[in-house]
Amino acid sequence: MKWEMVMGLEVHLQLATQSKIFSSSKTAFGAPPNEQTNPLDVALPGTLPVLNEAAVRQAIVFGLGVGATINKVSRFDRKNYFYPDLPKGYQISQFFAPIVSDGVFDIPLEDGSVFPVRILRAHLEEDAGKSVHDAIPNQTAVDLNRAGTPLLEVVTEPDFRTAEQVVAYLKALHGLVTYLGVSDGNMAEGSMRCDVNISLRPAGTSELGTRTELKNLNSFKFIERAIKVEAERQQDLLEDDKAVMQETRLFDPDLDETRSMRSKEVANDYRYFPDPDLLPVVIDDSVIDEIRGQLPELPAIKRERYQTKLGLSAYDASLLTQDRASADYFEASLEHHNNAKALANWMLGDLAAAMNRDAVSIGDVAVTPEQLALLVSRIDDGILSSKMAKTVFESLWQNEGDVDTIIEARGLKQVSDTGELEAMVDELIANSPEQVAQYRAAEPDKQKKLIGYFVGQAMKASKGQANPQVINEILRNKL
Amino acid sequence: MTSLDLTTSSLRQLRESLDSKQISSVELAQFFVNRIKQFDPQLNSVITETADLALEQAEHADRRIANGDSSALLGIPILHKDIFCTKGVKTTCASKMLADFVSPYDATVVSALGNAGAITLGKTNMDEFAMGSSNETSYFGAVKNPWDLSRVPGGSSGGSASAVAAGLAPCATGTDTGGSIRQPAALCGITGLKPSYGRVSRYGMIAFASSMDQAGPMAKSAEDCASLMAAMAGHDPLDSTSARLAVPDYATEIQKPIAGLRIGIPEEIFDKQLSPEVGDTINAALRELESMGAVLVDVKLPSTPLGVSTYYVIAPAEASANLARYDGVRFGYRCEHPENLEDLYVRSRTEGFGEEVKRRILVGTFTLSAASYDQYFMKAQQVRRMIANEYDEVLADVDVIAGPSAPNTAFPLNDSSKSITDMYMEDVFTVGCNLAGLPAISVPAGLVDGLPVGMQLIGRAFDEATVLRIGHQFQMQTDWHTRTGGIEEFAS
Repeated sequence: MKWEMVMGLEVHLQLATQSKIFSSSKTAFGAPPNEQTNPLDVALPGTLPVLNEAAVRQAIVFGLGVGATINKVSRFDRKNYFYPDLPKGYQISQFFAPIVSDGVFDIPLEDGSVFPVRILRAHLEEDAGKSVHDAIPNQTAVDLNRAGTPLLEVVTEPDFRTAEQVVAYLKALHGLVTYLGVSDGNMAEGSMRCDVNISLRPAGTSELGTRTELKNLNSFKFIERAIKVEAERQQDLLEDDKAVMQETRLFDPDLDETRSMRSKEVANDYRYFPDPDLLPVVIDDSVIDEIRGQLPELPAIKRERYQTKLGLSAYDASLLTQDRASADYFEASLEHHNNAKALANWMLGDLAAAMNRDAVSIGDVAVTPEQLALLVSRIDDGILSSKMAKTVFESLWQNEGDVDTIIEARGLKQVSDTGELEAMVDELIANSPEQVAQYRAAEPDKQKKLIGYFVGQAMKASKGQANPQVINEILRNKL
Repeated sequence: MTSLDLTTSSLRQLRESLDSKQISSVELAQFFVNRIKQFDPQLNSVITETADLALEQAEHADRRIANGDSSALLGIPILHKDIFCTKGVKTTCASKMLADFVSPYDATVVSALGNAGAITLGKTNMDEFAMGSSNETSYFGAVKNPWDLSRVPGGSSGGSASAVAAGLAPCATGTDTGGSIRQPAALCGITGLKPSYGRVSRYGMIAFASSMDQAGPMAKSAEDCASLMAAMAGHDPLDSTSARLAVPDYATEIQKPIAGLRIGIPEEIFDKQLSPEVGDTINAALRELESMGAVLVDVKLPSTPLGVSTYYVIAPAEASANLARYDGVRFGYRCEHPENLEDLYVRSRTEGFGEEVKRRILVGTFTLSAASYDQYFMKAQQVRRMIANEYDEVLADVDVIAGPSAPNTAFPLNDSSKSITDMYMEDVFTVGCNLAGLPAISVPAGLVDGLPVGMQLIGRAFDEATVLRIGHQFQMQTDWHTRTGGIEEFAS
């Protein structure tokens, strides 16, 4: 039997607020244990939550970014369970009435097509702390720095059929939230955490099978692998007429398998109920309009503009708009030199290669957008050959100065002075009577090939600094 | 002034004595510190005495008084219910769970009264986590009623009520989730106000049922309650449910006569729950109000009998979550030698909480569970709305609703004939206001067999001024609030 994979995603985004969602403690990553806590974060008796408005605004920004409904009234609920890293014994979340619902997020695929993912809801909640098992021998320590960090949980409909779609969605989501500035989307630091709900069904049927929830997926590589491994496990069960248990499973990259964490949906009853400490969140239209007016250009719109206005391919446009830093870099360089195609080629070619090679992100590269633009303009002006430009780029990358200084210092200027080059060509013709005769006797289409010999000789004579286009022209006239 | 004068003086009289230098704040504080030392062993109304803190604060107050500061509460001693967090002082909530807990911060109520110049004498006994109507659930032992030491003071703010009634402090703070200020005030013959939900900050007040908990003043008169409210009431950015409303000048408001005010009398209150003698006493008090020009109007609150069961679904549900933080991990009681995490949770909570608290946590956990949520919690929320609507409709026509604060006078301690549900029925007249978020006052209205009876006046939301005003005007015409029952015995 042929099986179809059905997946839905729950992504927890850490919102980029200065302070926690219900307390004034800071949210910065990496502080010493429990230094970013106050009486509320450790759930001392009598403390009360006060909602951070910045988190609400960022949730609205996100909702508008995926064309979703911003609910005029949303509420906070308590999700009750005991765990040492959950100080109150309940998590404040939005269960009954989320702030964002019913959006559609268009994902660009590599083939240039668009895959629309339906966003079921996005709700605000607080993060838990961390249990630390290796700080004190034989004891578990609790670090509550992260407790109360604002999260936006983005839940999709079960729209995914392949692991590639899942990864494309996550990359696009990462791009979107960095664009919008609502999250840094840093997977390694846990700012973007993904759970995949996955089930199989016979291809061509519409009823959903029993799903499992995959956790601990902290890189795109793991996500793709975990989906494949879990789908195979489920398929084996189903083909043996065994049932898939609804449960949470942890992906273990070392053993390359998923294993049962706990059957939480069955065993745990979270006893959700409205949190009486917090008033409903009521959002006026005027606030939504104000935030809408301040939204940056969204990736989908940028992508469209890069194709129609700048003439880039769909693929290049989607790469350049994948994250805001790249698009900002590209647009900044475009302001200094109006050759979008060449700039895109340099960014996606040499710049991307160097970034990969040295593991540098776009925000940290030494080559400024202005210098990259200057480099391209020097090519367009005929001052640099593309080969020379690569050398100049490498020097820029190594932080050896600006484009013109490097050209000067390395004597890389291309010779385009016709007087100098004409003299060189005359000498060449005089020294190569055989080749000249051969050229002159040849058919025009053969001549094209034969002229290459002269160009090569001229380049050699000039130690590569002659402008080949100028040489070509002079040769054609003289021969 | 004689010591008896000090125990019966109103806050206004104490203010005058302080301002005229008849007595210093230090002397006043020392007087009540001594009284607590001398008489509290019989009452058990105070869990923690803060004599050193009180004298230090009193010295500071005397300096302010010397500089001409005559703020209403400057230099006036007060007791705080041990549910309010007090920086550097034990805050136990009368539970083994928090028996050694010292808060690193002050509740807003405590800091507001402190800023107004009040002197902290100590922390009063209460039912554990405010769960009880007799003050018998305290880990630190039952509190006794100064009118009759074999009887309960009511609860949960029984320590505050007993201490004020016995003249161990001029006034105290209390909290009221289902009647915990009004019922003990009634049973101890003092005046207690439960403000509208949102009028007084809940920050730093240990949560029992967050949607109903309110802090309020307990004192000898409505006038004293009004002057305490001036300091306690108002918006607090640290409590999201605190109302952004201006606070009226209660001291001025209560001076207005009550002629023409319409007082609703719900027919449902004179049913089998109410002791006939208490009913007669309340009727007499109502006739007094009528003679003062108020208009008595018959009204209907048909959902009154549903109040107690609604309350005892919602309050335990909220409590089950509010008390989840007491897990032995970060603060509070931790069991000895836990074997693992589960054992740590189970034994810390089993050993740290008393029976009534555990009963309510279990009830609340049950009513919120997926299988019973719709049947219990949702249903209770719907009935709550219905009850609130009924009050709103009645209060559209009358200014206040009057009736008894409790169905009986103080009952005997350790009364084994009283079942758990009998105990819950103590709240039958008080829970409605908590469910509806309305303000209500209990004022002494008479005596039955030598024990005080309290009359409850329920006002419109955020109209504390009118119930304080009727209470004050009533007290200008009657002397029930000056009857001291127990104090003579404690006059040394």
